Amino acid sequence: MNAKEYRMAKTGKLMIEILPDKCDFCGCCVGVCPEDAIELKEAEIFIIDENCTNCSKCIWACPIEVIRFNKEGVLKTR
Amino acid sequence: MNLLDKSYDVIVVGAGPAGTVAARFAAEQGVDVLVLEKDRDVGYPVRCAEAISKRNVVKFIEPNDKWIAAKINRFEFVAPNGNSVSMDLEDESGYVLERRIFDYELGLLASQAGAKILTRVYVNGLILEGNKVCGVKAEYRGKQYEIKSKVVIAADGVESRVGRWAGIKTHIDFREMESCFQVTAGNLENIDPKTLYFYLGSNYAPNGYFWVFPKGKNIANVGLGVSGDTGKKRSALSFLNDNLQKLYPAASILTQIAGGVPCALTLERISGDGILLAGDAARQVNPLTGGGIGSGMEGGSIAGRIAGEAVRKGDLSLLENYRDEWMKIRGKNHLIFDKLKDGVFNMRDEQFNAICEKMQKIPKNKRTLGKLFMTALAKQPKLLVEVAKVYMV
Repeated sequence: MNAKEYRMAKTGKLMIEILPDKCDFCGCCVGVCPEDAIELKEAEIFIIDENCTNCSKCIWACPIEVIRFNKEGVLKTR
Repeated sequence: MNLLDKSYDVIVVGAGPAGTVAARFAAEQGVDVLVLEKDRDVGYPVRCAEAISKRNVVKFIEPNDKWIAAKINRFEFVAPNGNSVSMDLEDESGYVLERRIFDYELGLLASQAGAKILTRVYVNGLILEGNKVCGVKAEYRGKQYEIKSKVVIAADGVESRVGRWAGIKTHIDFREMESCFQVTAGNLENIDPKTLYFYLGSNYAPNGYFWVFPKGKNIANVGLGVSGDTGKKRSALSFLNDNLQKLYPAASILTQIAGGVPCALTLERISGDGILLAGDAARQVNPLTGGGIGSGMEGGSIAGRIAGEAVRKGDLSLLENYRDEWMKIRGKNHLIFDKLKDGVFNMRDEQFNAICEKMQKIPKNKRTLGKLFMTALAKQPKLLVEVAKVYMV
């Protein structure tokens, strides 16, 4: 079972969300994402669901706390 | 868009310092070059502390007051207990740049050398034949294009994905990512306009530093970086707010933005079949200081020159020389800086305080960066050798 399957089995869903209206589009999250799961344009950003494994590295790297686990998720950081 | 309807010898993704210098050096070899920038303007937004040594500037562009915000002749390090130690440098040893104009001027130089540049182009894929990179896929004002090229130079920054699409593992360990927040602040009192200030310690910026880099009288680029490990608990922004509140409660904020610096060693692989990586995308940042303008331009210049030569001689296998050239010119020093980073990265506040006290006892005219590191790493003899290698103390 890979990381993604493990998370999916445990939680049943992908849970990372980025709040695009609060984002500075700096790219820290993209740089640390091991799965190429974040798409960043000039002023647009979104998670590529099929790649995301919920590993949360993007949450830790975000300088301004605009990435988080969404409401359905049970995990919480900070 | 007619610029996107033809094929090129070299396509550069990203118009930061690495990308535009790469484009210039490639174009100077007489090959067709196109630079694609995803943002609307070359030079904006600025995600950078903007400090650079003069030595690193003059190699690539003649200093010009229109993009020099301050000329530096002094460093000041502030310890966690508030004590500080300063170090005098030669006049005009370094600059605080106006990156917005600096990057734009580098773009003009590339353009004057014959490179084409287009902004607002979002590169969203590569044209691949097997493993061979044969161009890029890109979106421009709602329309999708495929633009062929013999070589692609990925200078697409900390958020680089182009290399990944070519099968090169480019993501960075979150502990090595310095997550930054930076402002341009006015109304700052007691700031010498020729001094770079570095604040160290767990209150200011754990596993990083808080900087105040002057950009004129009472105005400065102020910011900090913290590692992803720190980010698990607290964000860069919250540290910056605290520091400003504590040190400059009356500051006005003229610009603010988040950013990221990959403080890591250069990637194991920075070239592939038909592709070179340059700048932050190749992790060509000084891992100790996080400085990336000079090293990015250096990496870009090597990448551009090699790409141009390879096309001109019709021998793309020359691209394989890129990493060796980089290591020879710059990368080998980054190996040493990375070891020094390991030595100072996890220092406790008491250690910073003690180092500051020791440095204060050294006469001012004898204080050097070499001495500083010798003092800081006195208990790690193996690292002293490394200090000697870069600072020749």
